[in-house]
Amino acid sequence: MKQRLVVIGAGMASGRVLEHLTDTSPDAFDITLFNAEPRGNYNRIMLSPVLLGEKTYDEIVTHDDAWYTERGIACRFGETVAKIDCEMKVVEGENGHVPYDKLVIATGSNPFIIPLPGHDLDGVIAYRDLEDTQQMMGMGSGNQVVVIGGGLLGLEAAAGMAAHGVDVTVVHIMGHLMERQLDEAAGYLLKKSLEDKGIKICLQANSKEVLGQDGKVRALLLDDGTELPCDLLVMAVGIRPNTALAQEAGLATGRGIHVDDQMLTSDPDVYAVGECVEHGGEIFGLVAPLYDQAKVAARALLEEDAAFAQKTLSTKLKVTGCDLFSAGDFADGPGREDIVFRDPSRGVYKRLVIEEDRLVGAVMYGDTADGSWFFGLIKDGTSIEAMRETLIFGPAYQGGDTADPLSAVAALPPEAEICGCNGVCKGDIIEAINAGANDLGAVRASTKASASCGTCTGLVEQVLQVTLGDDFQMPAAQPICGCTDLTHEDVRRLIKGQELKSQAAVWQELSWTTPNGCHVCRPAINYYLLADWPLEYQDDPQSRFVNERKHANIQKDGTFSVVPRMWGGITTPEELRAIANAADKYDVPTVKVTGGQRIDLLGVKGEDLPAIWSDLNKAGLVSGHAYSKGLRTVKTCVGTDHCRFGTQDSTGLGIKLEKILWGSWTPHKLKLAVSGCPRNCAEATCKDIGVVCVDSGFQISIGGAAGMGVKETELLCQVSTEDEAIEVVMAVTQAYREGGKYLDRLYKWLGKVGMDWVKAQVVDDVENRASLVARFELSQSIFRKDPWAEHVKEKAQTYAPIADFTLEAAE
Amino acid sequence: MSWIDIGHIDEVPLRGARLVKTHIGCIAVFRTAETEVYAATNSCPHKGGPLSEGIVHGQSVTCPLHNWVFDLNTGEAQGADDGRITTYPVRLEEGRILLDDSAVTRRSAA
Repeated sequence: MKQRLVVIGAGMASGRVLEHLTDTSPDAFDITLFNAEPRGNYNRIMLSPVLLGEKTYDEIVTHDDAWYTERGIACRFGETVAKIDCEMKVVEGENGHVPYDKLVIATGSNPFIIPLPGHDLDGVIAYRDLEDTQQMMGMGSGNQVVVIGGGLLGLEAAAGMAAHGVDVTVVHIMGHLMERQLDEAAGYLLKKSLEDKGIKICLQANSKEVLGQDGKVRALLLDDGTELPCDLLVMAVGIRPNTALAQEAGLATGRGIHVDDQMLTSDPDVYAVGECVEHGGEIFGLVAPLYDQAKVAARALLEEDAAFAQKTLSTKLKVTGCDLFSAGDFADGPGREDIVFRDPSRGVYKRLVIEEDRLVGAVMYGDTADGSWFFGLIKDGTSIEAMRETLIFGPAYQGGDTADPLSAVAALPPEAEICGCNGVCKGDIIEAINAGANDLGAVRASTKASASCGTCTGLVEQVLQVTLGDDFQMPAAQPICGCTDLTHEDVRRLIKGQELKSQAAVWQELSWTTPNGCHVCRPAINYYLLADWPLEYQDDPQSRFVNERKHANIQKDGTFSVVPRMWGGITTPEELRAIANAADKYDVPTVKVTGGQRIDLLGVKGEDLPAIWSDLNKAGLVSGHAYSKGLRTVKTCVGTDHCRFGTQDSTGLGIKLEKILWGSWTPHKLKLAVSGCPRNCAEATCKDIGVVCVDSGFQISIGGAAGMGVKETELLCQVSTEDEAIEVVMAVTQAYREGGKYLDRLYKWLGKVGMDWVKAQVVDDVENRASLVARFELSQSIFRKDPWAEHVKEKAQTYAPIADFTLEAAE
Repeated sequence: MSWIDIGHIDEVPLRGARLVKTHIGCIAVFRTAETEVYAATNSCPHKGGPLSEGIVHGQSVTCPLHNWVFDLNTGEAQGADDGRITTYPVRLEEGRILLDDSAVTRRSAA
């Protein structure tokens, strides 16, 4: 006698079960199929091509009415199942009961809707079924759509709508796109290609609220206050297995319905397949394992041997022009080695992860032709020992020659700007070389490239080498570190010229040989990016030395020193009391007066930092940045207020300068002083920038130091008004910020560019001075604020241990 | 082996570290990638520098005091420096960081 089989859910997994059953044993079962959607099985993963207009719905239908009829399957479509009774072995549909001998649950999953305020407004949808797809297809040019979620599905939705001319913004909570499948470098390239398609991408963006008007979505509000207007809001942030029916029926469930290797649930007559199941602690969203499950379930129903085993998966994104591939495990686990290949000119990135001579993971972007070959090596666990050196070049290179590493400069397009001062691009230089300029001097003479500030010299030399080959002898230049062949100057120029605005962009476009740099290059690149792109680049604390990350100076015993700012060296009894109270309260062992005219509290425990800052903040005291490669202090004398020799208000000018400059980051520390007369009590002539007041105005001199070497400043200019003095100081600071090599004090930068160049930039060319000042002000609009107050408010818990077992009773 | 839940991966910044205090010394828990963690003693064998305050790069950390670099897989100092830090088993399960209790209750026999 035929057994009665009931299947709940007509999706891709259960569809496959039915195919197997009816193909191999058409007479084994009387089948009833329930589906809540008023249709049969269609290929859900092809919804993106439907959205793109590459396919129609009819083309992605897997099983049409005729298919079910031929196989004698009783379809109850559009009918919800109210209950499963495992005791009586009956499924209760809305339109009547159906008894079963065997049951297959394939209820799939529900899209996760973030419970933001306003999530139930009209126009807030998921990307899950045909209805969602149709809503998205209703959008066209003139419409704005926000997609929350930068994973596979969210990006396919975004690309689909962008292809219809919709203005699409993707909001993603993580630091790079598709973080489960891609590493940062590949995520960066993907972001770049999507942006080329006109899609806006906001990373590290937290959604706060869905704003509406008349019951319909109007905009998405982020927690930083940004409002993204939209006509449609798509949430593509993941799925939740749909376990409600199974749970009510008393079956064992966790995140999904628990199944064993035969896809059997805790009831011996009930199977489950697809996105609703949990097997070995995992749930499933990709199609390959679902098909494996379907095959196993069908064989188990027919009482044949079969077992489901989880396999390594690979991912591809179905977006035209975004060629990416990811397989295996490319992030997890100790004992692993990376092989990285980057070809910036073609936008190619490949990374292989190797463990004990086996390939365990691969991420590729831009050129994924070898993806399936690598995937094969991963699945088969082939030993790659013999081909390790050439592995990354793919199967074609096995046994052949290795490719030369490509120079980042060779990869630059002709219109790439090499010399920013004189606006000379690579093509101009090559033209000059071809016309006979065969050394640096000749190129300089004919094109003016590197003839001004000189920071692009290394790049010009590389262009000479790339163009002339062995005919050009490259002078030995020091690369930043082992991660790159480029010098600091080269990297600075390329960051500006190529508009590289993230660390991942620098690593990729400039062919870094390590996945994410080292302790030498990371702080330098972080500085260059924030100096050149203050609005676009987000400072990375993890690329900073501990002092700048924790806003305090680490001491040899691991404690810290805390130095509150005293503007121009002026303080008040209230401030002094607050400092004294803090010293008492936090058992500060040493209190010292510094050379920069303020007070240092030495020996503060790392965990106490937020608390002591909070106390000092309450008295109006802010960070003195005594730890930063940035503005330290502006030392002053008492000037005309009290001194009988004072010629100008040196204290007042010092305070003004400190209030303008504080919080700014510079290549190395920056110390200023203002003396009220040439007796120079503030020692202005051994500072990075010194101002000496005279009867007729202000003498500004730069490039002093009193460290390992003692240097006297050189006169830059004399100006007659305080405002002009402030302007010149701002402009010279900005010029140093823009051109200086990381960890070069101002005098070293001055030695490279020359006083004549600086004078031309900030004294003679008044227009240029004004634009330097404007760029400094723009940067300061971000950085002129107290990091202590910010850390107290937002990061205090990071100063405490993540776990503390000393608080528990000792054994 | 028994595992102790010490916190969520998101509490450790990417390419950063957090400290775990125990009766037998401090452990640094490093996050080298989105879903990759390591644990080792917090103390540099050179001058006792706090490794959890160092710059994390690749699968290595650089001591903030004198720039010794340690491979977190093996604990070995890299380059010309000679030394080793004790590493501890640590794993991730659904975003939770699980530390082997040997790190907390006794010194592992390194």
